[in-house]
Amino acid sequence: MTELPAWSLPADAVGRIALATDWPAEVTREWAWGDSTGKGVRVCIIDSGVDGSHRLVGGIESAVAVSKDEDGAAFVAEDLDGDVCGHGTACAGIVRSLAPEAEIHSVRVLGPGFTGGGNILLFGLRYAIEQGFDVVNLSLSTTKKDYASVLHELADSAYFQRTVLVASAHNMPVESYPWRFSSVISVGSHEEADPTVLYYNPSPPVEFFAKGVDVEVAWLGGETLSASGNSFATPHVTALCALIRSKHPELTPFQLKSVLHLTSSNVGGTR
Amino acid sequence: MSELNAAVAAAALGSEERFRELLRSVVEVARAIFAAKASSILLLDEEAHELVFEAVVGEGEESLLGQRFPAGTGVAGWVLATRTPLVIEDVARDPRFAKDVAEGTGYVPQGLMAVPLLHDERALGVLEVLDRQSHFTLQEMELLGLFASQAAIALDLLQRAREAEAALAGDGDLAVVARVATVLGELDEDRRPDSQQLLEALEKVLRRK
Repeated sequence: MTELPAWSLPADAVGRIALATDWPAEVTREWAWGDSTGKGVRVCIIDSGVDGSHRLVGGIESAVAVSKDEDGAAFVAEDLDGDVCGHGTACAGIVRSLAPEAEIHSVRVLGPGFTGGGNILLFGLRYAIEQGFDVVNLSLSTTKKDYASVLHELADSAYFQRTVLVASAHNMPVESYPWRFSSVISVGSHEEADPTVLYYNPSPPVEFFAKGVDVEVAWLGGETLSASGNSFATPHVTALCALIRSKHPELTPFQLKSVLHLTSSNVGGTR
Repeated sequence: MSELNAAVAAAALGSEERFRELLRSVVEVARAIFAAKASSILLLDEEAHELVFEAVVGEGEESLLGQRFPAGTGVAGWVLATRTPLVIEDVARDPRFAKDVAEGTGYVPQGLMAVPLLHDERALGVLEVLDRQSHFTLQEMELLGLFASQAAIALDLLQRAREAEAALAGDGDLAVVARVATVLGELDEDRRPDSQQLLEALEKVLRRK
């Protein structure tokens, strides 16, 4: 079979990019993710590690940790330490609560000695994109301007290969990345209790608001606690993306973001 | 050059003591505004990869000041590394946190707000507010962010002062400059014009390419 045209569309190639045209007259939540469990979707949590044995997480498919060797070069190895903070487990539990059958994979970018100044985050993100995960949850950011251009390239390459990056927006007046890039889905918090309430923000860079206040989350030692912050709003959107991708695997990140918009609570999409 | 700048800045701005007072006042105000039981600032020691309690008010004040723990793990480590604020209401249920604080002080808080202290591109440390009386709202988070900006500036000044003091106390050329400055400051008025001429001549020589 001839490959699809990459840079232009000759007249005889139009038929080759024919797409399904059975879009509903109105994109509702029922159409977007009704009855979906996230089955078949591979979700990656780039964070502090995940305790897969927590009852709210219910097992994970894989866990790796990024560390540095003696020469300062980053490498990926199987994660034997689990969660070093509790936050990654919290995110995984939120995803599981909404998308019970999604696969969860953990990439740990936190550990003793790592203070966010190194390239461990970049390395972890590159690894996740190379693995071709469907949805990647990034409840973190970097303030290093040197890393911005590399992160931008990584975010774009993820976008083009259909890996959806969902990133926490910063709620302090600082420049940080990658949430500011338009190729990712950025998330801030609203104060409502319903975990499926989603607001589209007509004034980006923050594009969506999800539940981020008083979230009951899984934590270390099998515990649960109540937590707040954009970093907990983000996995709610990650989970919605998993539900949508499970039901509509053909959607590109662009189309997926459009579906999130159309099903947002302030866009009449709550049906 | 940056060391010299830091030295000059330290000489002009004041001593470490003053910056510590500034940090302390930041956590005092944070504690008062949020009606909290305690508030603290943790400074990142980049070389040791450790967080150090640099200012503490309220519960645990005496026992926590100066205490260190590894950066990159735990709640404060996460906040520092991810540049992201975090609010936890039942932090006593976190077994790691409970163990760490129980070892440091008898006081185990229930609620914790932690925000990174960001200055330019660097994360300098973490500001924590423990056991607030109010229920958390997003407005509180905004307020905490404003405090964090102030605390980050104070922390940056403290670090510069320390770097400057280290440079001035060493045996390098900056230490000589510092000693000369001290002697100049103690000189009688009538001897000052001559020494100024001499220094200006030295400046000319140093600038010659």
